[in-house]
Amino acid sequence: MTGGLLEVDGLGFRHADAAPDAPPAIEAVSFSVPGGSLVAVVGPSGSGKTTLLRCVAGLVRPTAGEIRLDGRPIDGVPDATAVVFQDYGRSLFPWMSVADNVDLPLRRLGLAPAERRTRVSDALAEVGLAGTEASYPWQLSGGMQQRVAIARAMAYRPRLLLMDEPFASVDAQVRADLQELTLSVWQAHGSTVLFVTHDIDEAVYLADRVVVLSPAPARVAADVAVGLPRPRDQIATRSSAAFVELRARVARLIRR
Amino acid sequence: MSLALGATDAPGRVGRGLIGVAAFIGLAEVVTRAGIVNPAYLPPASSVLGTTGRLLVDPAFLVHVAGTLAAWAMGLAAAAAIAIPIGLLLGSSRRVRDASAAAVELLRPIPSVALIPLAILLLGRGLDMRVALVAYASAWPILFNTIYGVRELDPLAIDTARAFGLGRSEVIRRIALPSAAPFIYTGLRVAASIALILAVSVELIAGGAPGIGTWMLANSGAGVPRELLYAGIVVSGLLGLAINGLMVAGERRLFAWAPRLRSRL
Repeated sequence: MTGGLLEVDGLGFRHADAAPDAPPAIEAVSFSVPGGSLVAVVGPSGSGKTTLLRCVAGLVRPTAGEIRLDGRPIDGVPDATAVVFQDYGRSLFPWMSVADNVDLPLRRLGLAPAERRTRVSDALAEVGLAGTEASYPWQLSGGMQQRVAIARAMAYRPRLLLMDEPFASVDAQVRADLQELTLSVWQAHGSTVLFVTHDIDEAVYLADRVVVLSPAPARVAADVAVGLPRPRDQIATRSSAAFVELRARVARLIRR
Repeated sequence: MSLALGATDAPGRVGRGLIGVAAFIGLAEVVTRAGIVNPAYLPPASSVLGTTGRLLVDPAFLVHVAGTLAAWAMGLAAAAAIAIPIGLLLGSSRRVRDASAAAVELLRPIPSVALIPLAILLLGRGLDMRVALVAYASAWPILFNTIYGVRELDPLAIDTARAFGLGRSEVIRRIALPSAAPFIYTGLRVAASIALILAVSVELIAGGAPGIGTWMLANSGAGVPRELLYAGIVVSGLLGLAINGLMVAGERRLFAWAPRLRSRL
């Protein structure tokens, strides 16, 4: 597969401390993410989704295959990626104000201080948190903290935004709000998103394509084009026959 | 919210504490005035407090207080300068920790006061000896809390920083150190109290240069009014109270963000 902004090519991963005869966590996973698209990865729990994302983020080195960003194999953490983790309580730094949390990754980009301040306040305004600059993350609700994490990622202006089960620990209403926020930010910036989730509904609702992983050792069980019209709507889209049919198809693929 | 609750509750707590102290002093006064306890052993509280007040404005006595505080401060600073770097090293490397475990377990149980005769032989009865012993005793809590703080580092916090391209030195400076800082400070707070105990103990045993312990030793003989000895004890207690109060206030100010403090406030 060629031509994507992100190309995952024959990716394999085996834990360093795994028994020699144990199957690898990930075995020969290939898919591509075209620039400007939102691709979801779903799979049963323990299927190596998070490991796959950590490989793409450059946090762990795959034991087989190659990951290319803009056609260049990645080696270490790419400059062009940002990550939103599931556990916002642990990935925001409690000794830093909200503004400093968003600003931290910007410090190494060589931007003028005024430019950094503008980016921070713009990003916070975009996620609906204008005026919270001086607060501390732990003074905000869980949903607001995850908005800060999204603002931090967007202020960094990544070519590729990686999201690792970002809404798995918030309640249903907040999850719906954050899904809308993700879609609006993605569309406003024309960014490219790789979204890992175990929630089939969420994957189908958000994505252009859903990459379905098999149980471990992870392989691509199917690469499903979603094709639902945009803008999507929490009620209309989710109750459409096409959505229900797609959701059932992905669910059957995962159960098989 | 919990912060506001703590604030409104604080005056009540302080008030109750003051009432308790006043009741204790009143009881001590009654017990001696009524002749239940021989005033030769326990002078009336009012006269002990009066003597304490006079001592606290007596320059000759304050030289002794300054002597104790100098040994305390220098010993604590030396302990921090030695124990924090070693703790950071031991906390971040399993191999170094394993290699040093036996030596640490051998040294740690030695009561610091048992080293006093050796320290006098090697360093004399002056400030050097006191600083060395204070540093030895107060290094341990700093060391263990620093190791603990580094080991408590959240791998996800490190991953987050790395995922945004922060290099190793930036991760240490911006993530690892700030996140271990509340633990290191807890070690310092515990060490500050131990350092005062050691400073006074060493003076009581070794005498020599000015210090509260040296002064108490000189005022414990027959024929010296007992009020003086009691006043010396009260002053030591007040120093301990002041040191702990300052350290706790500093902790609240610096580390209000730390989860364990957040729940306590």
